Amino acid sequence: MAVFGVSAVTLATFAGFGALVGLIFGFFGMGSFLVTPTLLVLGYDSTVAVGSGLAFVFGTAVIATLKHRDLGQVEYRLGAVTIAGTTAGIEVGKRGLLALRDAGLADGLVGGAYVILLGTVGTMVLRDVYSDDTSSKSADGGLLAGLADRIPDWVPRRVRLPPRLLVGDDVEISVWSLVLITFVTGLPAGLLGIGGGFVRIPALIYLVGVSMPVAVGTNVFAIMVSGGIGTFSWAQSGGVDLSVVAPLLLGSAFGARLGSAITDHVDEHRSMGYFGAMVVLGAVAVAIRQVGRRLDMPELRVVGIALIVGSAFLVAMLVLASAVRAIRSDDDGGAAPAD
Amino acid sequence: MLGIATLSGPVHAAALVGIVLAEALLLYVGYGGVFRLAGEDVKAAIEDR
Repeated sequence: MAVFGVSAVTLATFAGFGALVGLIFGFFGMGSFLVTPTLLVLGYDSTVAVGSGLAFVFGTAVIATLKHRDLGQVEYRLGAVTIAGTTAGIEVGKRGLLALRDAGLADGLVGGAYVILLGTVGTMVLRDVYSDDTSSKSADGGLLAGLADRIPDWVPRRVRLPPRLLVGDDVEISVWSLVLITFVTGLPAGLLGIGGGFVRIPALIYLVGVSMPVAVGTNVFAIMVSGGIGTFSWAQSGGVDLSVVAPLLLGSAFGARLGSAITDHVDEHRSMGYFGAMVVLGAVAVAIRQVGRRLDMPELRVVGIALIVGSAFLVAMLVLASAVRAIRSDDDGGAAPAD
Repeated sequence: MLGIATLSGPVHAAALVGIVLAEALLLYVGYGGVFRLAGEDVKAAIEDR
């Protein structure tokens, strides 16, 4: 049986893959890096893979934003500044990438930068989450407050330059600091051609000082706006294939709703651990792909994609299991058990 | 697909963005209903093990 010229099996596979990405996206506010490489491995033209991947991310971000909004986890003013800073950063990063490409340095440098960035961010998050150093956890505010206490004074959060923006109930930050932070987090997004959530979310948590749910909700709001603009741009180049986007979105809408809904059930400390693990596995996968490209071994590229998708699947299952444990624990009137 | 192939560049692109947005909103509302109807039963089933 075929629908719009696409077999039912392909549609079901896309819907299942979409549900996986949607769950990751709804929970962590990132996951766009899973789609385009997978479409490329499936044999889609790079224009269609990038354009359809972006259109899918746009649709998923709409759903995730609406759900996070229902939970009060979207800071619109922070999101607006994030969009402005990130857009400028992406543009500058993109120009840097084009300059590197003209110099014949793009492939090696970008791949290496990707691995170093993913590896560093993931390792830092994991180290903070699983550190035995109890000084990293303040007595009253938990892990994130402890991290904020350790941020040195030169970090932009301490800048007092007006206008200042009240984020949430107790975080006040200079708009100029926000623009600087989001501009810097936009640079790798433009340079590496990625969404950049894995850099922006830790930056919003550690440098701005918002909670993980608010960082995720605000990030998906920013992705929704930039994704819509990007989709329009790619659609003009014929890069958006609805027979790919529609079934992916059918699955991701379910996953994103589920992922967003369980953010309140899963312990924030544990969520950060999953986030760090997925980013580190992403770094390993990109490193494998880079080695495959260097050695002209396309099979290693497939191994890299399988590792990315496999780690996302594993993390999704861990998140669901944590949510189930937390719901049962709440029912018993106790706290969720530690891993 | 959906008769938009004949539209010109920017209009075609805007129509595609509109279709993706409409599908996302439709699915959000549709799955929202499903979650409301079945959510408590699923949660109760999880709590009952």
